[in-house]
Amino acid sequence: MFCDVCKSKEATVFLTQIVEGKMQKVNLCEGCSKEKGVNDPTGFALADLLLGLGAAQEIEKNPAGNRCPVCGFSQADFKKTGRLGCSACYDAFAEGLFGMLKNMHRGSVHTGKVPAKLRVGRLRNREMAELQTSLQKAIQEEQFEEAAALRDRIRKLEEEFRNEMVSFEESSTEVNRLASPQGTAEALSVPKPRKQP
Amino acid sequence: MKLSRIIANTGEWLSGAGPHDQIVVSSRVRLARNLKGKPFPGWAKKAERVAILEEIRGSVEHLPEMEESFSEKLDDLSALEKQVLVERHLISREHAAKGAGSAVVMNTSQTLSFMINEEDHLRMQAIRAGLQLDNVYAMINKTDSELEDTLDFAFHDDLGYLTACPTNVGTGMRASAMMHLPGLVMSEHVNKIINSVNKIGLAVRGLHGEGTEAMGNLFQVSNQTTLGETEEEIIGRLNKVIFQILEHEQNARQILLQQRAETLLDQIGRAYGILCHAHSITSKEALNLLSFIKMGVDLGLFPSNNRLHVDELFIETQPAHLQKGLQVTKLGAEERDSLRAALIRTKLKQMQEPEIGKIPTNGSSSTSSTSETSEGS
Repeated sequence: MFCDVCKSKEATVFLTQIVEGKMQKVNLCEGCSKEKGVNDPTGFALADLLLGLGAAQEIEKNPAGNRCPVCGFSQADFKKTGRLGCSACYDAFAEGLFGMLKNMHRGSVHTGKVPAKLRVGRLRNREMAELQTSLQKAIQEEQFEEAAALRDRIRKLEEEFRNEMVSFEESSTEVNRLASPQGTAEALSVPKPRKQP
Repeated sequence: MKLSRIIANTGEWLSGAGPHDQIVVSSRVRLARNLKGKPFPGWAKKAERVAILEEIRGSVEHLPEMEESFSEKLDDLSALEKQVLVERHLISREHAAKGAGSAVVMNTSQTLSFMINEEDHLRMQAIRAGLQLDNVYAMINKTDSELEDTLDFAFHDDLGYLTACPTNVGTGMRASAMMHLPGLVMSEHVNKIINSVNKIGLAVRGLHGEGTEAMGNLFQVSNQTTLGETEEEIIGRLNKVIFQILEHEQNARQILLQQRAETLLDQIGRAYGILCHAHSITSKEALNLLSFIKMGVDLGLFPSNNRLHVDELFIETQPAHLQKGLQVTKLGAEERDSLRAALIRTKLKQMQEPEIGKIPTNGSSSTSSTSETSEGS
Protein backbone atom coordinates (compact mmCIF):
# COMPACT_ATOMS: atom_id res chain seq x y z
CA MET A 1 0.00 0.00 0.00
CA PHE A 2 1.38 3.37 -0.99
CA CYS A 3 1.54 6.51 1.14
CA ASP A 4 -1.51 8.76 0.66
CA VAL A 5 0.62 11.90 0.57
CA CYS A 6 3.63 11.21 -1.63
CA LYS A 7 2.02 8.22 -3.41
CA SER A 8 5.46 6.80 -4.10
CA LYS A 9 6.73 5.17 -0.92
CA GLU A 10 5.31 2.21 0.98
CA ALA A 11 2.98 3.29 3.78
CA THR A 12 4.13 2.20 7.22
CA VAL A 13 2.10 4.52 9.47
CA PHE A 14 -1.64 3.83 9.56
CA LEU A 15 -3.77 6.45 11.17
CA THR A 16 -7.42 5.87 12.03
CA GLN A 17 -9.63 8.54 13.47
CA ILE A 18 -13.29 8.79 14.25
CA VAL A 19 -14.64 12.17 13.25
CA GLU A 20 -18.36 12.86 13.67
CA GLY A 21 -19.04 9.16 13.91
CA LYS A 22 -17.27 8.40 10.64
CA MET A 23 -14.08 6.46 10.43
CA GLN A 24 -11.24 8.04 8.51
CA LYS A 25 -8.08 6.21 7.52
CA VAL A 26 -4.84 7.75 6.44
CA ASN A 27 -1.83 5.73 5.34
CA LEU A 28 1.54 7.42 5.39
CA CYS A 29 5.14 6.53 4.71
CA GLU A 30 7.84 7.14 7.30
CA GLY A 31 9.02 10.40 5.71
CA CYS A 32 5.60 11.95 5.19
CA SER A 33 4.41 10.96 8.66
CA LYS A 34 7.38 12.77 10.17
CA GLU A 35 6.80 15.74 7.93
CA LYS A 36 3.19 15.97 8.98
CA GLY A 37 4.10 15.54 12.63
CA VAL A 38 2.02 12.38 13.00
CA ASN A 39 4.68 10.71 15.16
CA ASP A 40 4.52 13.60 17.55
CA PRO A 41 1.64 12.96 19.99
CA THR A 42 0.93 16.68 20.35
CA GLY A 43 0.70 16.99 16.59
CA PHE A 44 -1.56 13.98 16.26
CA ALA A 45 -4.75 15.94 15.70
CA LEU A 46 -2.89 17.96 13.10
CA ALA A 47 -2.93 15.06 10.67
CA ASP A 48 -6.61 15.52 10.15
CA LEU A 49 -6.17 19.23 9.72
CA LEU A 50 -3.36 18.76 7.24
CA LEU A 51 -5.25 16.32 5.13
CA GLY A 52 -8.58 18.05 5.49
CA LEU A 53 -11.81 16.61 6.88
CA GLY A 54 -13.06 13.81 4.70
CA ALA A 55 -9.84 13.77 2.72
CA ALA A 56 -9.24 10.15 3.61
CA GLN A 57 -12.48 9.06 1.94
CA GLU A 58 -11.56 11.11 -1.10
CA ILE A 59 -8.30 9.27 -1.37
CA GLU A 60 -10.04 5.89 -1.01
CA LYS A 61 -12.48 6.85 -3.75
CA ASN A 62 -9.72 7.89 -6.07
CA PRO A 63 -6.88 5.41 -5.65
CA ALA A 64 -5.39 6.17 -9.05
CA GLY A 65 -4.04 9.44 -7.65
CA ASN A 66 -5.46 12.90 -7.68
CA ARG A 67 -6.10 14.82 -10.83
CA CYS A 68 -7.48 18.32 -10.99
CA PRO A 69 -11.07 17.94 -12.24
CA VAL A 70 -10.81 21.22 -14.16
CA CYS A 71 -7.51 21.01 -16.01
CA GLY A 72 -6.47 17.37 -15.60
CA PHE A 73 -3.16 18.19 -13.98
CA SER A 74 -2.00 15.36 -11.70
CA GLN A 75 -0.17 15.32 -8.42
CA ALA A 76 2.66 13.56 -10.22
CA ASP A 77 2.90 16.50 -12.63
CA PHE A 78 3.16 18.79 -9.64
CA LYS A 79 5.93 16.68 -8.13
CA LYS A 80 7.79 16.81 -11.41
CA THR A 81 7.50 20.54 -12.15
CA GLY A 82 6.84 22.19 -8.81
CA ARG A 83 4.14 24.20 -10.61
CA LEU A 84 0.38 23.74 -10.65
CA GLY A 85 -1.84 23.46 -13.72
CA CYS A 86 -4.57 26.00 -13.00
CA SER A 87 -6.15 27.91 -10.14
CA ALA A 88 -8.58 25.04 -9.42
CA CYS A 89 -5.57 22.81 -8.62
CA TYR A 90 -5.29 24.67 -5.32
CA ASP A 91 -8.61 23.14 -4.28
CA ALA A 92 -8.02 19.79 -5.95
CA PHE A 93 -4.72 19.29 -4.11
CA ALA A 94 -5.67 21.33 -1.06
CA GLU A 95 -4.87 18.55 1.38
CA GLY A 96 -1.24 18.19 0.37
CA LEU A 97 -0.73 21.86 -0.33
CA PHE A 98 -1.97 23.07 3.02
CA GLY A 99 0.94 21.60 4.99
CA MET A 100 3.38 22.64 2.32
CA LEU A 101 2.20 26.24 2.23
CA LYS A 102 2.31 26.40 5.99
CA ASN A 103 5.98 25.42 6.02
CA MET A 104 6.79 27.62 3.07
CA HIS A 105 5.20 30.87 4.22
CA ARG A 106 4.68 32.88 7.36
CA GLY A 107 0.99 32.06 7.59
CA SER A 108 -1.63 30.05 5.79
CA VAL A 109 -4.26 32.73 5.22
CA HIS A 110 -3.90 35.68 2.89
CA THR A 111 -4.15 39.01 4.70
CA GLY A 112 -3.05 41.33 1.91
CA LYS A 113 -4.74 43.00 -1.03
CA VAL A 114 -8.09 41.74 -2.34
CA PRO A 115 -9.40 42.69 -5.81
CA ALA A 116 -11.98 45.45 -5.35
CA LYS A 117 -14.79 43.49 -6.98
CA LEU A 118 -14.28 40.54 -4.62
CA ARG A 119 -13.96 42.51 -1.39
CA VAL A 120 -17.67 42.53 -0.51
CA GLY A 121 -18.16 38.86 -1.32
CA ARG A 122 -15.10 37.80 0.62
CA LEU A 123 -16.22 39.69 3.71
CA ARG A 124 -19.65 38.12 3.44
CA ASN A 125 -18.21 34.62 3.03
CA ARG A 126 -16.12 35.14 6.13
CA GLU A 127 -19.11 36.47 8.05
CA MET A 128 -21.23 33.58 6.88
CA ALA A 129 -18.63 31.04 7.98
CA GLU A 130 -18.37 32.69 11.39
CA LEU A 131 -22.15 32.72 11.80
CA GLN A 132 -22.37 29.05 10.85
CA THR A 133 -19.76 28.13 13.44
CA SER A 134 -21.52 30.15 16.13
CA LEU A 135 -24.82 28.54 15.15
CA GLN A 136 -23.41 25.02 15.51
CA LYS A 137 -21.93 25.97 18.84
CA ALA A 138 -25.22 27.50 20.06
CA ILE A 139 -27.14 24.37 19.05
CA GLN A 140 -24.66 22.10 20.80
CA GLU A 141 -24.86 24.21 23.91
CA GLU A 142 -28.67 24.23 23.62
CA GLN A 143 -28.76 28.02 23.49
CA PHE A 144 -31.81 27.92 21.27
CA GLU A 145 -32.73 31.58 21.53
CA GLU A 146 -29.30 32.59 20.33
CA ALA A 147 -29.38 29.90 17.66
CA ALA A 148 -32.65 31.27 16.30
CA ALA A 149 -31.19 34.78 16.13
CA LEU A 150 -28.13 33.48 14.32
CA ARG A 151 -30.28 31.49 11.91
CA ASP A 152 -32.24 34.63 11.06
CA ARG A 153 -29.05 36.58 10.38
CA ILE A 154 -27.79 33.79 8.12
CA ARG A 155 -31.09 33.75 6.20
CA LYS A 156 -31.02 37.50 5.78
CA LEU A 157 -27.46 37.36 4.50
CA GLU A 158 -28.36 34.57 2.07
CA GLU A 159 -31.31 36.53 0.80
CA GLU A 160 -29.16 39.61 0.22
CA PHE A 161 -26.70 37.47 -1.64
CA ARG A 162 -29.46 35.99 -3.83
CA ASN A 163 -30.81 39.44 -4.65
CA GLU A 164 -27.40 40.64 -5.69
CA MET A 165 -26.87 37.56 -7.81
CA VAL A 166 -30.11 38.31 -9.63
CA SER A 167 -29.20 41.91 -10.30
CA PHE A 168 -25.72 40.77 -11.32
CA GLU A 169 -27.15 38.26 -13.79
CA GLU A 170 -29.47 40.89 -15.20
CA SER A 171 -26.57 43.22 -15.76
CA SER A 172 -24.50 40.41 -17.28
CA THR A 173 -27.15 39.62 -19.86
CA GLU A 174 -27.20 43.29 -20.66
CA VAL A 175 -23.46 43.15 -21.24
CA ASN A 176 -23.94 40.89 -24.22
CA ARG A 177 -25.91 43.62 -25.90
CA LEU A 178 -23.47 46.37 -25.02
CA ALA A 179 -20.60 46.68 -27.39
CA SER A 180 -18.63 49.59 -25.98
CA PRO A 181 -15.91 48.77 -23.45
CA GLN A 182 -17.15 51.52 -21.10
CA GLY A 183 -20.58 49.99 -21.12
CA THR A 184 -19.12 46.62 -20.23
CA ALA A 185 -17.13 48.02 -17.35
CA GLU A 186 -20.19 49.78 -15.98
CA ALA A 187 -22.47 46.81 -16.37
CA LEU A 188 -19.96 44.46 -14.77
CA SER A 189 -19.31 46.61 -11.72
CA VAL A 190 -20.46 44.91 -8.57
CA PRO A 191 -23.53 46.42 -6.91
CA LYS A 192 -22.79 48.72 -3.98
CA PRO A 193 -22.49 46.90 -0.67
CA ARG A 194 -25.54 47.15 1.52
CA LYS A 195 -25.35 47.86 5.19
CA GLN A 196 -24.72 44.63 7.07
CA PRO A 197 -27.17 43.88 9.86
CA MET B 1 7.30 52.43 -30.63
CA LYS B 2 10.47 50.61 -31.64
CA LEU B 3 12.59 48.75 -29.14
CA SER B 4 15.76 50.39 -30.45
CA ARG B 5 14.33 53.79 -29.53
CA ILE B 6 13.55 52.67 -26.02
CA ILE B 7 16.86 51.01 -25.35
CA ALA B 8 18.80 53.94 -26.77
CA ASN B 9 18.00 55.62 -23.46
CA THR B 10 19.21 54.36 -20.14
CA GLY B 11 16.34 53.33 -17.92
CA GLU B 12 15.19 55.61 -15.11
CA TRP B 13 16.39 53.15 -12.50
CA LEU B 14 19.96 53.56 -13.73
CA SER B 15 20.15 57.23 -14.64
CA GLY B 16 17.66 58.56 -12.10
CA ALA B 17 18.22 59.48 -8.49
CA GLY B 18 16.74 57.96 -5.37
CA PRO B 19 17.40 57.75 -1.65
CA HIS B 20 20.70 56.00 -0.80
CA ASP B 21 21.33 55.34 -4.48
CA GLN B 22 25.09 55.00 -3.96
CA ILE B 23 24.63 51.65 -2.25
CA VAL B 24 21.08 50.70 -3.17
CA VAL B 25 21.18 50.68 -6.96
CA SER B 26 17.48 50.02 -7.50
CA SER B 27 14.20 49.01 -5.85
CA ARG B 28 11.81 46.69 -7.61
CA VAL B 29 8.41 45.22 -6.86
CA ARG B 30 6.90 42.48 -8.99
CA LEU B 31 3.33 41.17 -8.80
CA ALA B 32 2.23 37.81 -10.19
CA ARG B 33 -1.36 37.53 -11.43
CA ASN B 34 -3.35 34.90 -13.32
CA LEU B 35 -6.67 34.96 -15.10
CA LYS B 36 -9.54 33.19 -13.43
CA GLY B 37 -10.43 29.78 -14.84
CA LYS B 38 -7.56 29.60 -17.33
CA PRO B 39 -4.73 27.06 -17.13
CA PHE B 40 -1.36 28.50 -16.09
CA PRO B 41 1.08 29.15 -19.00
CA GLY B 42 3.18 26.04 -18.30
CA TRP B 43 0.11 23.79 -18.66
CA ALA B 44 -1.95 25.75 -21.21
CA LYS B 45 -1.97 24.74 -24.85
CA LYS B 46 -0.52 27.13 -27.38
CA ALA B 47 -3.93 28.35 -28.59
CA GLU B 48 -4.97 29.04 -24.99
CA ARG B 49 -1.77 30.93 -24.32
CA VAL B 50 -2.29 33.05 -27.42
CA ALA B 51 -5.86 33.90 -26.35
CA ILE B 52 -4.68 34.80 -22.82
CA LEU B 53 -1.90 36.90 -24.29
CA GLU B 54 -4.30 38.89 -26.46
CA GLU B 55 -6.67 39.52 -23.56
CA ILE B 56 -3.99 40.72 -21.15
CA ARG B 57 -2.00 42.64 -23.72
CA GLY B 58 -5.06 44.64 -24.73
CA SER B 59 -5.77 45.62 -21.13
CA VAL B 60 -2.18 46.54 -20.39
CA GLU B 61 -1.78 48.66 -23.52
CA HIS B 62 -4.91 50.62 -22.57
CA LEU B 63 -3.55 51.64 -19.16
CA PRO B 64 -3.19 55.42 -18.92
CA GLU B 65 0.44 55.06 -17.77
CA MET B 66 1.24 52.95 -20.83
CA GLU B 67 0.29 55.58 -23.39
CA GLU B 68 3.90 55.75 -24.57
CA SER B 69 4.96 52.18 -24.54
CA PHE B 70 6.67 49.35 -26.31
CA SER B 71 4.80 46.11 -26.79
CA GLU B 72 6.03 43.04 -28.64
CA LYS B 73 5.47 39.32 -28.82
CA LEU B 74 8.55 37.41 -27.79
CA ASP B 75 8.68 35.44 -31.04
CA ASP B 76 9.03 38.76 -32.86
CA LEU B 77 12.11 39.75 -30.86
CA SER B 78 15.62 38.60 -31.73
CA ALA B 79 17.69 36.66 -29.20
CA LEU B 80 19.89 39.74 -28.83
CA GLU B 81 16.97 42.07 -28.12
CA LYS B 82 15.61 39.72 -25.49
CA GLN B 83 19.04 39.51 -23.87
CA VAL B 84 19.24 43.32 -23.74
CA LEU B 85 15.95 43.36 -21.84
CA VAL B 86 17.24 40.72 -19.43
CA GLU B 87 20.41 42.72 -18.79
CA ARG B 88 18.22 45.72 -17.95
CA HIS B 89 16.14 43.63 -15.56
CA LEU B 90 13.01 44.35 -17.60
CA ILE B 91 12.26 40.70 -18.30
CA SER B 92 13.52 37.54 -16.59
CA ARG B 93 15.87 35.00 -18.11
CA GLU B 94 13.00 32.51 -18.01
CA HIS B 95 10.79 34.88 -19.98
CA ALA B 96 13.49 35.47 -22.59
CA ALA B 97 13.48 31.73 -23.25
CA LYS B 98 9.78 31.84 -24.19
CA GLY B 99 8.54 32.07 -27.74
CA ALA B 100 5.05 32.02 -29.24
CA GLY B 101 2.27 32.99 -26.85
CA SER B 102 4.38 35.28 -24.68
CA ALA B 103 4.89 39.04 -24.85
CA VAL B 104 6.48 42.00 -23.13
CA VAL B 105 5.05 45.49 -22.65
CA MET B 106 7.00 48.37 -21.08
CA ASN B 107 6.82 52.13 -20.77
CA THR B 108 9.41 54.47 -22.29
CA SER B 109 11.07 55.36 -19.00
CA GLN B 110 11.37 51.59 -18.35
CA THR B 111 9.93 51.96 -14.87
CA LEU B 112 7.03 49.63 -15.63
CA SER B 113 7.26 46.36 -17.47
CA PHE B 114 4.84 43.50 -18.01
CA MET B 115 5.76 39.94 -18.81
CA ILE B 116 2.80 38.12 -20.30
CA ASN B 117 2.81 34.32 -20.03
CA GLU B 118 6.02 33.88 -18.16
CA GLU B 119 5.45 31.36 -15.37
CA ASP B 120 2.21 33.18 -14.57
CA HIS B 121 -0.20 34.83 -17.01
CA LEU B 122 0.99 38.24 -15.95
CA ARG B 123 4.00 39.43 -14.06
CA MET B 124 4.24 43.17 -13.76
CA GLN B 125 7.05 45.10 -12.21
CA ALA B 126 7.94 48.62 -11.22
CA ILE B 127 11.60 49.55 -10.81
CA ARG B 128 13.16 52.84 -9.66
CA ALA B 129 16.59 54.08 -8.63
CA GLY B 130 17.68 53.98 -5.01
CA LEU B 131 15.86 52.69 -1.98
CA GLN B 132 12.18 53.51 -2.38
CA LEU B 133 10.24 50.28 -2.14
CA ASP B 134 7.15 52.06 -0.80
CA ASN B 135 6.92 54.32 -3.86
CA VAL B 136 7.63 51.46 -6.20
CA TYR B 137 4.93 49.34 -4.59
CA ALA B 138 2.46 52.22 -4.79
CA MET B 139 3.19 52.46 -8.52
CA ILE B 140 2.59 48.81 -9.31
CA ASN B 141 -0.33 48.57 -6.91
CA LYS B 142 -2.10 51.36 -8.80
CA THR B 143 -1.48 49.57 -12.08
CA ASP B 144 -2.79 46.32 -10.63
CA SER B 145 -5.96 48.03 -9.38
CA GLU B 146 -6.55 49.54 -12.81
CA LEU B 147 -6.12 46.17 -14.50
CA GLU B 148 -8.63 44.62 -12.11
CA ASP B 149 -11.38 46.60 -13.83
CA THR B 150 -10.90 44.74 -17.09
CA LEU B 151 -9.29 41.46 -16.05
CA ASP B 152 -10.63 38.84 -13.64
CA PHE B 153 -7.69 37.64 -11.59
CA ALA B 154 -7.65 34.20 -9.98
CA PHE B 155 -8.20 34.83 -6.28
CA HIS B 156 -8.94 32.43 -3.44
CA ASP B 157 -10.70 33.52 -0.25
CA ASP B 158 -8.04 31.97 1.98
CA LEU B 159 -4.98 31.78 -0.23
CA GLY B 160 -5.21 35.14 -1.98
CA TYR B 161 -3.84 35.54 -5.50
CA LEU B 162 -3.24 32.12 -7.03
CA THR B 163 0.04 31.54 -8.84
CA ALA B 164 1.55 28.69 -10.84
CA CYS B 165 4.14 28.11 -8.14
CA PRO B 166 2.90 27.82 -4.53
CA THR B 167 5.89 29.87 -3.38
CA ASN B 168 4.25 33.01 -4.80
CA VAL B 169 0.68 32.45 -3.64
CA GLY B 170 -1.00 35.07 -1.44
CA THR B 171 0.20 38.53 -2.34
CA GLY B 172 2.02 37.24 -5.44
CA MET B 173 4.53 39.93 -4.58
CA ARG B 174 8.30 39.83 -4.79
CA ALA B 175 9.95 43.03 -3.60
CA SER B 176 13.70 43.43 -3.98
CA ALA B 177 16.56 45.86 -3.75
CA MET B 178 19.80 45.63 -5.72
CA MET B 179 22.65 46.50 -3.37
CA HIS B 180 26.28 47.27 -4.15
CA LEU B 181 28.31 45.84 -1.27
CA PRO B 182 32.06 45.97 -2.02
CA GLY B 183 32.90 46.95 1.56
CA LEU B 184 31.23 43.88 3.01
CA VAL B 185 32.83 41.65 0.37
CA MET B 186 36.32 43.06 1.01
CA SER B 187 35.97 42.73 4.77
CA GLU B 188 34.59 39.21 4.26
CA HIS B 189 31.43 39.92 6.20
CA VAL B 190 29.03 39.42 3.35
CA ASN B 191 28.49 35.67 3.86
CA LYS B 192 27.62 36.19 7.49
CA ILE B 193 25.02 38.74 6.44
CA ILE B 194 23.60 36.55 3.68
CA ASN B 195 23.19 33.69 6.15
CA SER B 196 21.44 35.76 8.77
CA VAL B 197 19.14 37.37 6.20
CA ASN B 198 18.21 33.94 4.84
CA LYS B 199 17.31 32.81 8.34
CA ILE B 200 14.59 35.44 8.67
CA GLY B 201 12.73 34.50 5.53
CA LEU B 202 14.39 36.91 3.13
CA ALA B 203 16.72 35.95 0.31
CA VAL B 204 20.02 37.37 -0.93
CA ARG B 205 20.89 36.45 -4.48
CA GLY B 206 23.22 37.35 -7.32
CA LEU B 207 22.84 39.91 -10.08
CA HIS B 208 20.09 38.21 -12.05
CA GLY B 209 18.14 36.61 -9.23
CA GLU B 210 17.77 33.00 -8.27
CA GLY B 211 20.74 30.78 -8.92
CA THR B 212 22.99 33.49 -10.31
CA GLU B 213 26.46 34.51 -9.25
CA ALA B 214 27.09 37.74 -7.39
CA MET B 215 29.16 39.68 -9.91
CA GLY B 216 30.41 43.20 -9.41
CA ASN B 217 29.61 42.89 -5.69
CA LEU B 218 25.93 43.34 -6.55
CA PHE B 219 23.39 41.50 -4.43
CA GLN B 220 19.64 41.29 -4.66
CA VAL B 221 17.76 41.23 -1.35
CA SER B 222 14.14 40.09 -1.56
CA ASN B 223 11.25 38.59 0.36
CA GLN B 224 10.89 34.84 0.15
CA THR B 225 7.40 34.40 1.60
CA THR B 226 4.21 35.79 0.13
CA LEU B 227 1.39 34.34 2.24
CA GLY B 228 0.25 35.38 5.70
CA GLU B 229 1.41 38.99 5.69
CA THR B 230 0.11 42.09 3.96
CA GLU B 231 2.13 43.71 1.19
CA GLU B 232 2.97 46.59 3.56
CA GLU B 233 4.18 44.22 6.27
CA ILE B 234 6.46 42.39 3.83
CA ILE B 235 7.92 45.63 2.52
CA GLY B 236 8.32 47.00 6.04
CA ARG B 237 10.27 43.92 7.09
CA LEU B 238 12.40 44.03 3.96
CA ASN B 239 13.09 47.75 4.38
CA LYS B 240 14.34 47.23 7.92
CA VAL B 241 16.81 44.60 6.78
CA ILE B 242 17.96 46.65 3.81
CA PHE B 243 18.65 49.61 6.09
CA GLN B 244 20.69 47.35 8.35
CA ILE B 245 22.73 46.00 5.44
CA LEU B 246 23.19 49.58 4.21
CA GLU B 247 24.55 50.58 7.60
CA HIS B 248 26.85 47.55 7.71
CA GLU B 249 28.21 48.44 4.29
CA GLN B 250 28.85 52.04 5.33
CA ASN B 251 30.59 50.84 8.49
CA ALA B 252 32.65 48.30 6.56
CA ARG B 253 33.86 51.02 4.20
CA GLN B 254 34.68 53.25 7.15
CA ILE B 255 36.67 50.54 8.86
CA LEU B 256 38.51 49.72 5.62
CA LEU B 257 39.45 53.39 5.28
CA GLN B 258 40.66 53.53 8.85
CA GLN B 259 42.48 50.23 9.08
CA ARG B 260 43.31 49.12 5.56
CA ALA B 261 43.43 52.33 3.57
CA GLU B 262 46.49 51.16 1.61
CA THR B 263 44.80 47.93 0.51
CA LEU B 264 41.64 49.78 -0.42
CA LEU B 265 43.45 52.42 -2.48
CA ASP B 266 45.61 49.77 -4.06
CA GLN B 267 42.53 47.86 -5.20
CA ILE B 268 40.84 50.93 -6.63
CA GLY B 269 44.05 52.10 -8.30
CA ARG B 270 44.72 48.69 -9.84
CA ALA B 271 41.15 48.41 -11.05
CA TYR B 272 41.50 51.80 -12.72
CA GLY B 273 44.84 50.81 -14.23
CA ILE B 274 43.58 47.57 -15.71
CA LEU B 275 40.35 49.06 -17.03
CA CYS B 276 42.25 51.97 -18.65
CA HIS B 277 44.74 49.74 -20.40
CA ALA B 278 43.18 46.34 -20.98
CA HIS B 279 42.56 45.26 -24.56
CA SER B 280 40.52 42.18 -23.73
CA ILE B 281 38.32 41.74 -20.71
CA THR B 282 35.51 39.34 -19.75
CA SER B 283 32.24 40.71 -18.48
CA LYS B 284 32.83 39.17 -15.05
CA GLU B 285 36.26 40.77 -14.64
CA ALA B 286 34.92 44.08 -15.93
CA LEU B 287 32.05 44.09 -13.42
CA ASN B 288 34.30 43.20 -10.52
CA LEU B 289 36.77 45.97 -11.38
CA LEU B 290 34.03 48.51 -12.13
CA SER B 291 32.71 47.79 -8.65
CA PHE B 292 35.95 49.24 -7.21
CA ILE B 293 35.67 52.30 -9.45
CA LYS B 294 32.08 52.77 -8.29
CA MET B 295 33.21 52.59 -4.69
CA GLY B 296 36.00 55.04 -5.57
CA VAL B 297 33.36 57.51 -6.78
CA ASP B 298 31.42 57.00 -3.53
CA LEU B 299 34.58 57.69 -1.53
CA GLY B 300 35.28 60.88 -3.43
CA LEU B 301 38.36 59.64 -5.29
CA PHE B 302 36.74 60.43 -8.60
CA PRO B 303 34.64 63.54 -9.25
CA SER B 304 31.01 62.67 -8.59
CA ASN B 305 29.89 63.80 -12.05
CA ASN B 306 31.47 60.57 -13.28
CA ARG B 307 28.90 58.52 -11.43
CA LEU B 308 26.57 58.00 -14.36
CA HIS B 309 29.46 57.05 -16.68
CA VAL B 310 30.49 54.32 -14.27
CA ASP B 311 26.96 53.11 -13.56
CA GLU B 312 26.21 52.93 -17.28
CA LEU B 313 29.30 50.82 -17.84
CA PHE B 314 27.84 48.16 -15.55
CA ILE B 315 25.07 47.69 -18.11
CA GLU B 316 26.83 48.70 -21.32
CA THR B 317 29.57 46.09 -20.87
CA GLN B 318 27.06 43.21 -20.65
CA PRO B 319 27.29 40.88 -23.66
CA ALA B 320 24.04 41.84 -25.42
CA HIS B 321 24.41 45.58 -24.78
CA LEU B 322 27.89 45.50 -26.32
CA GLN B 323 26.44 44.19 -29.56
CA LYS B 324 23.18 46.08 -29.72
CA GLY B 325 24.52 48.97 -31.81
CA LEU B 326 26.26 46.70 -34.25
CA GLN B 327 24.92 45.28 -37.47
CA VAL B 328 26.81 42.02 -36.98
CA THR B 329 24.67 39.03 -36.23
CA LYS B 330 26.62 37.58 -33.35
CA LEU B 331 30.08 38.20 -31.97
CA GLY B 332 32.27 35.51 -30.48
CA ALA B 333 33.37 35.74 -26.85
CA GLU B 334 36.87 36.95 -27.80
CA GLU B 335 35.54 39.68 -30.06
CA ARG B 336 33.19 40.78 -27.30
CA ASP B 337 36.03 40.90 -24.79
CA SER B 338 38.09 43.24 -26.96
CA LEU B 339 35.06 45.37 -27.81
CA ARG B 340 34.28 45.62 -24.11
CA ALA B 341 37.82 46.67 -23.26
CA ALA B 342 37.73 49.36 -25.95
CA LEU B 343 34.41 50.72 -24.68
CA ILE B 344 35.69 50.93 -21.12
CA ARG B 345 38.94 52.62 -22.22
CA THR B 346 37.01 55.27 -24.12
CA LYS B 347 34.62 55.96 -21.27
CA LEU B 348 37.32 56.11 -18.60
CA LYS B 349 39.39 58.53 -20.71
CA GLN B 350 36.55 61.01 -20.29
CA MET B 351 37.00 60.73 -16.54
CA GLN B 352 39.56 62.53 -14.45
CA GLU B 353 42.35 60.38 -13.03
CA PRO B 354 41.69 59.36 -9.46
CA GLU B 355 43.42 61.33 -6.78
CA ILE B 356 44.58 58.18 -5.09
CA GLY B 357 46.90 60.02 -2.72
CA LYS B 358 43.99 61.97 -1.36
CA ILE B 359 42.11 59.86 1.12
CA PRO B 360 38.80 61.42 1.99
CA THR B 361 38.85 62.91 5.46
CA ASN B 362 36.46 64.72 7.74
CA GLY B 363 33.36 63.35 6.18
CA SER B 364 34.08 64.71 2.72
CA SER B 365 33.17 61.23 1.59
CA SER B 366 29.48 61.03 1.08
CA THR B 367 29.28 57.52 2.47
CA SER B 368 30.83 58.32 5.84
CA SER B 369 28.25 58.22 8.54
CA THR B 370 30.66 59.52 11.13
CA SER B 371 32.69 62.63 10.43
CA GLU B 372 35.85 61.25 12.05
CA THR B 373 37.94 59.48 9.45
CA SER B 374 41.60 58.87 10.04
CA GLU B 375 44.27 58.53 7.38
CA GLY B 376 44.93 54.90 8.18
CA SER B 377 48.44 53.82 9.12
